[in-house]
Amino acid sequence: MAELKVNGKKVTVDADETTPLLWVLREDLGLTGTKYGCGIAQCGTCTVHIDGQPVRSCTYPVGALSGEEEITTIEGLSEDGSHPVQQAWVEMDIPQCGYCQPGMIMAVAGLLNNTPDPTDEDIDQQVTNICRCGTLARVRKGIHLAKTKKA
Amino acid sequence: MADTINLSRRGFIIGTGATGLTIGILAACSPGAGEDGETAADADPNPEVNAWVLINNDDTVVIRIARSEMGQGTLTGLAQLVAEELECDWDKVTTEYPTPGENLARDRVWRDFSTGGSRGIRGSHDYVREGGAAARMMLVQAAANRWDVPVSECSVEKGVITHGPSGNSYTYGELAAEAAKLEVPTEITLKDPSEWKIIGQPVKRLDTADKVTGKQVYGADIKLDGLLNAAIKQAPKRGGTVASFDASAAESMPGVKKVLQVGDNAVAVVADKWWQAKKALDTVQIEWQAGEGSDFSSAAFEADLDAGLTADEAYVGNQAGDVDGAFAGAAQVIEATYNAPHQNHACMEPMNATAVWTEEKCEVWCGTQNGEAALAAAAEASGLPIEQCDVYKQLLGGGFGRRGMSDFVTQAVTIAKEMPGTPIKLLWTREEDMQHGFFHPTTKARCQGALDADGNLTGLKIRLSGQSIFAGLMPQALQDGMDFLAFQGLLPSGVDPRVEDQTLKYTFPAFLAEHAMRNPPVRPGFWRGVNANQNAIYLECFMDELAHAAGRDPLEFRLAHTQDSPELAAVLQAVADKSGWGNDDGLSRGLCAFYSFGAYTAACAEVTVSDEGELKIHRIVAATDPGYAVNPQQIDAQVAGSFVYGLSAALYGEITFENGETVQKNFDTYPSMRLAAMPEVETIVMPSGGFWGGVGEPTIAVAAPAVLNAIYAATGKRIRQLPLKDQPLRDA
Repeated sequence: MAELKVNGKKVTVDADETTPLLWVLREDLGLTGTKYGCGIAQCGTCTVHIDGQPVRSCTYPVGALSGEEEITTIEGLSEDGSHPVQQAWVEMDIPQCGYCQPGMIMAVAGLLNNTPDPTDEDIDQQVTNICRCGTLARVRKGIHLAKTKKA
Repeated sequence: MADTINLSRRGFIIGTGATGLTIGILAACSPGAGEDGETAADADPNPEVNAWVLINNDDTVVIRIARSEMGQGTLTGLAQLVAEELECDWDKVTTEYPTPGENLARDRVWRDFSTGGSRGIRGSHDYVREGGAAARMMLVQAAANRWDVPVSECSVEKGVITHGPSGNSYTYGELAAEAAKLEVPTEITLKDPSEWKIIGQPVKRLDTADKVTGKQVYGADIKLDGLLNAAIKQAPKRGGTVASFDASAAESMPGVKKVLQVGDNAVAVVADKWWQAKKALDTVQIEWQAGEGSDFSSAAFEADLDAGLTADEAYVGNQAGDVDGAFAGAAQVIEATYNAPHQNHACMEPMNATAVWTEEKCEVWCGTQNGEAALAAAAEASGLPIEQCDVYKQLLGGGFGRRGMSDFVTQAVTIAKEMPGTPIKLLWTREEDMQHGFFHPTTKARCQGALDADGNLTGLKIRLSGQSIFAGLMPQALQDGMDFLAFQGLLPSGVDPRVEDQTLKYTFPAFLAEHAMRNPPVRPGFWRGVNANQNAIYLECFMDELAHAAGRDPLEFRLAHTQDSPELAAVLQAVADKSGWGNDDGLSRGLCAFYSFGAYTAACAEVTVSDEGELKIHRIVAATDPGYAVNPQQIDAQVAGSFVYGLSAALYGEITFENGETVQKNFDTYPSMRLAAMPEVETIVMPSGGFWGGVGEPTIAVAAPAVLNAIYAATGKRIRQLPLKDQPLRDA
């Protein structure tokens, strides 16, 4: 059993403490917006926030959480898709297949939490997610657009 | 908390979740349904006007899309084609997928579901536009009937029909039911391209909203009442099979429901949750039986590839002019050998399918590029007549050719059949996905060029050696043993209409293209761009070598062979002009032009290589002429994306085999491009009209050669061995 705070709600889940947070979110809480891509923290498609910091949930054991941390998933980033990153993503029509985009958006939102006005170098260092469709060129432009927007 | 589909009530409603939403089954299967999930099923039961068009009485329009959306934007582009002729209000358009089972039941009214070869739009533009036009004609006829006036007195704009003389009008929604009762017209005149209002516009994608909120459902996200999850392990070595397995530890682990063999080469665990299934599977002791290819090694296979480069026997794909004469009389003969390793598609969403089997019915939910093939696979594995099976297509988390195959559907149904009535979701791990691809084939090429004393190219020979996709996947497509697709982009024009879209557009005084087929025991597949990818490297890097050997400008040298293809010359010139070809600004430039999938593409890469041999790709200027550009905004996205996919392969990508097993198991050893390596891409969309070319794939071919040629321009060192990560770019 583990107690968690996800998207502002306290929940109790029946999962082994070694279970990665990703699978607790997807299978115990039904929050399938967070995706499985690699299981080894390489691709970033599973990115969520823990206390505002981007974390690759596929290798984050749920037992490492105390229950007090604020976990935010793509479903909880905004109520209505109005987070600046989501707005920018819609405006620039960024997603292609879209599978990596919840993780990409969470990584970018995390970047902007830490660095509200990121340079290209900041982006290169902090947004390291993989997108096989190849939205990367627009992602960079989208980040620069998002930083000009307000929630 | 989960939205789950209630099997017993399927057809309309799928239960409610934490969000309180009620989602129609059509919404679950319906791409771009909008974030409230509303579809025709919720709005009203208005009949379809015809197979392609449904109109609700609130004037919203649902356009049926047979091809699969996997990111390439075909859903939006195909809807634009239908909407153009329908003359509806684009802002009221949504889409839905008919199922392959419905297609079968309705005599294939939606024709081909297969989504590959960049054929989504170019392969169906005529009949989908006719579908839209027919619906418009029926709606106008219905209005004319009501008013009792001739059709010729009626006009349409944005879904409103107006009777000119009286000024009366009806909206489409008011007439849909009556229109649906009319006969579908067969004599249809499509608009002239000059009249297009929606085709050619950079409209936004229809499927974005749910993709930024996490609401978009992919195959891996399917929820069904009573669903169990399966993890699978397939024989790691090529040709391996299951000899025996010991599941005693797994069977008592939490959540585990069943451990079973799947086919002859895999073991699966079914559990309440997928993570439980995977953990349990890790404890299953499996004895594998070796088979053909279980000792296969890529390193050893090099010798086979090398032998093919000089073998006496080879298939001839293109032969023109007096090649022997050209080489006999050459002032200079240049020769070079290139390679291309195996690649994995590495879709972001690992392979998966959900199936439920009963004695009466088999249903499958999955992302597939070929719904009808998935249906056939489901039927075969289920043991049921195909009419009792169906496949509900989900949006794909990447396809790239991999999801044209149905191996994962067969597995899911095989498992579901062992647990009648219980929905089973099979999800592969990334490791399974990486090891059990249908790999981009490996080839080598020996290129030889004859130059005369003035530096003119008088003869060119390309000997391909390596794997045939047809031989591995569809031997019935071979012609007297020859795989003509192996010559993609090098084929002669005017010989075979089926491959007229994959021909060589340069004109050479003498040319010979041959293929010595050397097939490793590795299953090949169609990988975005297919054989154009390596053939463009061979042709276009070697053209660069020849230009330099002749002491000529690589742009001018290429243009000298475009006399029969003004379109190829135009894309080449466009990228050269836009990039500042010939500028002395510290950037080194490389060019490439190629024709494949019926489209002309070119790229100019701008790079620097540091003294330590570190490559930086600053910018790529890319041009494409697909004939007609249905949505320039989506074309730009496909072109830019092609550099990520193509350059990921060129920079880092290789699947190598040792003892029958892939060395690469995940993205740590099969890397993909990240933002830090991603250049700026400037796209020039230059449709010249008069033909329909592809978009999703053709640009892949020009990615690697442009960069390789730019590296040479920077360093004077020619890299002929891929991937680049293993090659020092400068000599020590």
